[in-house]
Amino acid sequence: MHRFVLRRMIVLCLSLAVASAAIFGVVELVPGDPASFMLGTGAQPETVAALRDQLGLDLPWALRYAHWLGGVLTGDLGHSFTYKTPVAGMILDRLQVSLPLALIALALSVVIALPVGLFAASRQGRAGDGVTMGITQIGISLPNFWFAMLLVLLFAVRLRLLPAGGFPGWGHPVAALKALILPSIALALPQAAILARVLRSALVETMGQDYIRTARAKGLSRGQALRRHALRNALIPVLTILGMQFSFLLAGAIIIENVFYLPGLGRLIFQAITQRDLIVVQGAVLVLVAAVILVTFLVDLAYAAVDPRLRRK
Amino acid sequence: MRLSLILGALLAGLAVLMAGLSFLWTPGDVLQLDVAAKLQPPSAAHWLGTDHLGRDMMSMIMVGARTSIAVALVAVGIGMGLGVPLGLTAAARPGSWLDEIIMRGNDLIFAFPSLVIAILITAALGPSALNAIIAIGIFNIPVFARVTRGSALPLWTLDYPRAARVAGKGTARISLQHILPNVASVLIVQGTIQFSLGILAEAGLSYVGLGAQPPTPSWGRMLADAQTMISLAPHVAIVPGLAIVLTVLGLNLLGDGLRDALDPRLRGTR
Repeated sequence: MHRFVLRRMIVLCLSLAVASAAIFGVVELVPGDPASFMLGTGAQPETVAALRDQLGLDLPWALRYAHWLGGVLTGDLGHSFTYKTPVAGMILDRLQVSLPLALIALALSVVIALPVGLFAASRQGRAGDGVTMGITQIGISLPNFWFAMLLVLLFAVRLRLLPAGGFPGWGHPVAALKALILPSIALALPQAAILARVLRSALVETMGQDYIRTARAKGLSRGQALRRHALRNALIPVLTILGMQFSFLLAGAIIIENVFYLPGLGRLIFQAITQRDLIVVQGAVLVLVAAVILVTFLVDLAYAAVDPRLRRK
Repeated sequence: MRLSLILGALLAGLAVLMAGLSFLWTPGDVLQLDVAAKLQPPSAAHWLGTDHLGRDMMSMIMVGARTSIAVALVAVGIGMGLGVPLGLTAAARPGSWLDEIIMRGNDLIFAFPSLVIAILITAALGPSALNAIIAIGIFNIPVFARVTRGSALPLWTLDYPRAARVAGKGTARISLQHILPNVASVLIVQGTIQFSLGILAEAGLSYVGLGAQPPTPSWGRMLADAQTMISLAPHVAIVPGLAIVLTVLGLNLLGDGLRDALDPRLRGTR
């Protein structure tokens, strides 16, 4: 197990290093000079040159990367060009919206997918299975931002039950939670459809195993065998998808945050790109990618702890 | 499960037909603005109504289909064109440093939140349909590499690649002549799925203004325009959304149906 953890740790560090270089490299390609962008169109060339010098924009690529990476390792992601505040603080602020949103959406998708997947598996090959899988097929095909617009039309415009967008901040917890309801439903439903399908096929596969036949032979009903034995064993693929979904929900909320005008991490990245605030883009994307790599790492470790066969791979 | 194949082919075929027909004929001119006739509900003159600039929605949907299909199709082409050779190479020498580099590289691309990077790439290169294709295509590469490697790996343990080896064929030729045809069915199915994901991704990118630029109609762009009108004229938001859902649904069903038809062993595994 120690060797496995060590191996995974090395891969983790390498991935983070390559990812940070890749992010830095792509952001470098973004056209437009941040200095002239900050100073506006009427700026004197000398002023722009002075600012470029002050921001260190004239240094060679490798040096700026090393400088940035050094800061990242000490928790300093630099200062935003446009807001003149530390990037790390901005990201933490935005995470207060994005993290709860992702977690609520994740919980919601599990709560929806679990009964749906179980139901479909228990009716395998029958009408109930077909209808449920047909519905999940539609769920997968829904663009979440369109679904979000329909939710706004129904619950905000017609029924006036929930806000159509904006975020009041956690100072007003009830209003804040209300503001996250529609976005999290819009994010969760397509994910729930995927999860339900994965769960169903994992359950169907597990139900063909010998130990299920044994359980049935000693008198358990199909439903009992499904819930007591198959479900637990079908959870491994479900966990993989959940790990992937969490990162998707954290990052993929970018469009949903735009629909609902939520001040989340995705919207921060989007705004920073349009404002040429490259240092913010670098920091925010790095945090997202690092989160994804870390979650994958943890899921890998969790598997190895649960299933000894995976350690030898 | 023949039903999904037929229904999927019908829905996907309809989208392709609309796109193809739009080159020859559309009910109205998508570049012709008629603000006096804006936001009209569906009628005999405008089957799907008009948008906020008075353009015929039916024509917009037809030309928009062209954009969606072209972007998604070329993105699949990029993914297959680069991913399949990589996957075949990795499978031919499993465990070698080449295999390791290819697969770890794939892991790395997987770790990036695809949408964020797509937005970053389109921002770096400038918003356009072409850059949307590149952004979506890059994320198709590891998918095809992985699927190809996974399906090709067990084939190398069978007798016929060995027989081909004895007959004097090199690894590359065996991969091309014997392994590739045997993984083709899996690739076709995956291609259909990536095609549908590409349509969703294109819609998302053009929704945030990073896909096809006006005046080229695209479904995502239409939804973005519709957002503020949704309470006045719901059809401007419902129509493009339905077009996306039906096309993506069609492709997904087609993928499922093709998988069942091409490989009975996989029936019902998804």
